[in-house]
Amino acid sequence: MWDGEAARAALPAVLEGFGVTVLATVPAFAVAVVLGLVLALVQRAGPRWLALPVRAAATFVRSTPLLVQLFAAWVLVPALDAPVLGVLVLGVHYATYLSEVYRTGIDAVPRGQWEACTALSLPRRRVWRAVVLPQAVRNVLPPLGNYAVSMFKETPLLSVITVHEMVHEANTFGSTHFAYLESFTLAAAVFLLASWPTSVLVRRLEERLAH
Amino acid sequence: MPTEDRKDPAAPAVRFERVTKRFGDHTVLDGLDLEVGRGERVTLIGPSGSGKTTILRLLMTLERVTDGLVLVDGQPYSHMPRGAGGKLVPADERHLAVLRRRIGMVFQQFNLFPHMSVLENVVEAPVHVLGEGREEARRRARDLLDLVGLGDKAEARPTRLSGGQQQRVAIARALAMRPEILLLDEVTSALDPELVAEVLDVLRDIARNTDITLLCVTHEMGFARDVSDRILMFDRGRIVESGPAGELLESPTHARTRAFLGSVR
Repeated sequence: MWDGEAARAALPAVLEGFGVTVLATVPAFAVAVVLGLVLALVQRAGPRWLALPVRAAATFVRSTPLLVQLFAAWVLVPALDAPVLGVLVLGVHYATYLSEVYRTGIDAVPRGQWEACTALSLPRRRVWRAVVLPQAVRNVLPPLGNYAVSMFKETPLLSVITVHEMVHEANTFGSTHFAYLESFTLAAAVFLLASWPTSVLVRRLEERLAH
Repeated sequence: MPTEDRKDPAAPAVRFERVTKRFGDHTVLDGLDLEVGRGERVTLIGPSGSGKTTILRLLMTLERVTDGLVLVDGQPYSHMPRGAGGKLVPADERHLAVLRRRIGMVFQQFNLFPHMSVLENVVEAPVHVLGEGREEARRRARDLLDLVGLGDKAEARPTRLSGGQQQRVAIARALAMRPEILLLDEVTSALDPELVAEVLDVLRDIARNTDITLLCVTHEMGFARDVSDRILMFDRGRIVESGPAGELLESPTHARTRAFLGSVR
């Protein structure tokens, strides 16, 4: 059944794919973290003419499958390279989720904090920057970490638009060497080895913030 | 037209003209008239839900009036003049931003910023509202922390402090804005009994050594007697009795006041 030789042969390809996976996840998550915050702020504090369409667009993206969005972008925006496009679609898709996460973090800042800002006459911008957002972001660090892990595990979807990430590499190796079991098992193990410590870190962070 | 700071020196610090505040069907204040002189210390007493705290919250613009007019230093505050006729319309944020700076507030729940140090709490508004230099603001903040007896806690996080200490930081933070009017909203109600005295002592000091206008809502009758020029007894959104502190506490004329004072002693 298990062919140790094939597994060893598959390892370089799988690891190369892992590099691509990481290279896609990190910038995509950066896009999601920043854009998610912008989306949350526009919906919460922006002018109505902007807040309403942004909310509608975010709901639309959140309610349609990432796979479909990848295909659609692939067809509609041929000018961009697949990896760049993949990172953007992944980032925008997750930004719509993170905007909801930020929203709960903002809602969790007690009303008394806002009232203290009013009593001190702090300007609106300063209220957000110095008082509300630092507390809101601290509130949501654990869920943000969980979304990072979750995004990392969804990067194989990028293979449908020809991004050669880890699962794509495993699949290619499997089909050329008839060693699917070995190559996919390796890919799964690498995912586990990367995700698990991250989840542990997130949980630690959660415990530390609880105090 | 931008709001200008046009203080009328002869006007009372605060004036409510037939102010009504409703929350849904519930009327909290019912056509209230009220004047507080400059430098006067006024304490509002009465059963909970009688509208005392709402008066402070209207002054801090945490609530808006349903009807009537609030003036500060003779200038319309809840409303602003618009157009050639000077017709009064509800104030917008820019109007409030100018006049609100004269007023500071200390809350029952302190409402300190938990992610900032004690010193940063006190420095925040002077730097970002008054435009003070950071060094100047820090120096003044340290003086204020000394004043409230917390000079050694400047670098601490508020959550590390006792309730009484947190409330004293909140007092220093409010004073850092150099308010002309200070609102104290049940500032000792959330404190353990043994911590009440340290907060009231600080406030007595401030009352004695400044000419700040004070509006307090409190159930501490001893404190009310010590600092107030005048006490107002509230019931169901109306003033049922008012008078000099000693007089009202010693010989209340209204049955409602007698019953209330009997219940808090």
